[in-house]
Amino acid sequence: MTMGRYLLHKLLSLLPVLLGITLAAFTLGVLSPGDPAELALSQGGYEPTAEQVAELERQLGLDAPYPVQYLRWVGRALSGDLGTSYRSRRPVAEELLRRLPVTLELAAWSITLACALGLFLGCAAVIGRGRWPDLLIQALTGLQLSFPAFWLGLLLILLFAETLGWLPTSGTGGAGHMLLPAVTLSSATAATAARLLRSTLLGELGKPYCTAAAARGITPARLVVRNALPNAAVPVAALLGNSLGGMLGGSVIVESIFALPGIGSYALEAIGGRDYPALQGYVLLTGLIYVGVTLLVDVVSMLLDPRVRLGGKHL
Amino acid sequence: MNRKKKPDLQLAAAAVLLGSILVLSLLAPWLAPWDPNATDMQVRLQGPSPDHPLGTDALGRDLLSRALWGGRASILLALGATLLSMSLGGLAGLAAGWFGGPVDWCLTVLSNIFQGLPGTCLMVAIAGTLGPGVRNLLLALVLTSWAGFSRVVRTETLRIREEAYMEGLRSLGAGPLRLILGHALPQLAAGLAVLFATRAGRCVLSIASLSYLGLGISPPTPDWSVMIRDARLNYRSAPHLILVPGLCIFLLLLGLNLLGDALRERLDVRTGEAREW
Repeated sequence: MTMGRYLLHKLLSLLPVLLGITLAAFTLGVLSPGDPAELALSQGGYEPTAEQVAELERQLGLDAPYPVQYLRWVGRALSGDLGTSYRSRRPVAEELLRRLPVTLELAAWSITLACALGLFLGCAAVIGRGRWPDLLIQALTGLQLSFPAFWLGLLLILLFAETLGWLPTSGTGGAGHMLLPAVTLSSATAATAARLLRSTLLGELGKPYCTAAAARGITPARLVVRNALPNAAVPVAALLGNSLGGMLGGSVIVESIFALPGIGSYALEAIGGRDYPALQGYVLLTGLIYVGVTLLVDVVSMLLDPRVRLGGKHL
Repeated sequence: MNRKKKPDLQLAAAAVLLGSILVLSLLAPWLAPWDPNATDMQVRLQGPSPDHPLGTDALGRDLLSRALWGGRASILLALGATLLSMSLGGLAGLAAGWFGGPVDWCLTVLSNIFQGLPGTCLMVAIAGTLGPGVRNLLLALVLTSWAGFSRVVRTETLRIREEAYMEGLRSLGAGPLRLILGHALPQLAAGLAVLFATRAGRCVLSIASLSYLGLGISPPTPDWSVMIRDARLNYRSAPHLILVPGLCIFLLLLGLNLLGDALRERLDVRTGEAREW
């Protein structure tokens, strides 16, 4: 399969997923309790009359059948209109885009940390395999995977911000504010990456080229880092890339604990204020970013590794 | 090397952890010294004392009693959600792998859609829209996790269906029901066991995270995550309020993770997926 056909195939297979995301976001709006028109009118203690509600329902197209509403909703979303927030009366798209950079910054810090820690732990475990560094790292990653992120975040605040007073507990502004949230969000991913890297590295070391390199008298550390790592890193890179999409969801917890004004806390505020257009917008935006990231990771792994293309059963 | 020994040790540790958590939770009504919801403003925010071995929370509720009671709801819910997702996903995967053709196509597209959705974000949105509660939590969990089971079962079923002994059984006149129930399902059991342990852990984590956000299990049910949520304002001055319930969740997750790892090594099954919370 050529690159172009592969891309086309990937893009086509994304169509049902895009349908699913838009359907999910739209259905949430349908399932939301209460009448949207009434909710929109009655914010701030005002009680609308039945005529006013019916009038707004007609204006908003809420009297049309659901499939028609869905198509109209997708059409508006395509042109960048995600509706108006019930609370602030401002366009949801505008509010989401204003808060997206905070979440993206958090995700970028987290993925960088996960990458660095995962690489270090994975390589160190393999270089010291069967001895104490390996056992220590296995135990550490095992513990990391069992820490609920919200508990880890609270413990980090307790230790570094309250007891030691080294770092700020919440809010934005500079790297110091992002460090604890990023550690919280990246911990489990770093552990997963380290474990995957360990097993792919061990797989590479069993191959003839590594045996040959070892026979030439190369030191174990050099063998692992210089020879095996480039080949072993491809699946790890894919894992890290894909977890970037997951971090957008996981950031809800971290943003709530550290009071970061990103799209995750926007979603929580929307839930608290029964602001369903805002929540729909959040689902649509994170869904689209998630799909985009997955596509990007697929394409990049294909460019990095021809085996993905040749062995290509992407189930 | 000690390749064989390690899973045994892991399995033993997992059994001890999960076993004691289960027994303590089951016996909570008899073991707990106090009613987990009984408030007493005279003794609020106290440290450990003979009356309250683990101290009390902001409403004077006994922390030990709440910790003993606090796992019941989420463990039951996690088991239920995982079983339900496994049954649904398993059936879909089995049907897709066994019948192939248009059935497979439809089910694969459907499971691809669900796998392509950002699970965590969707769970938050579903629980947030429908409101907290057991039924909505179950719905959010099953919707976001059945597809993972379906994919694994489908791949395995495809492989098993083409095995030579299946062909042999078929030529001996075995019907599809007998082939599936008597021969394919036992072969799937190992993979499903590993997946069950991993997914149950994921479910516990999701339930805990949603409950912490106020979107899952809600008061007055005594629950570990709800205890941590309740302590948000006081934990800086009274760290034991989050240490005790957090440690409980951590040990439960550790037990499930160890179980999953041990089973995976023992049964030689591979499932690589990243965690999101």
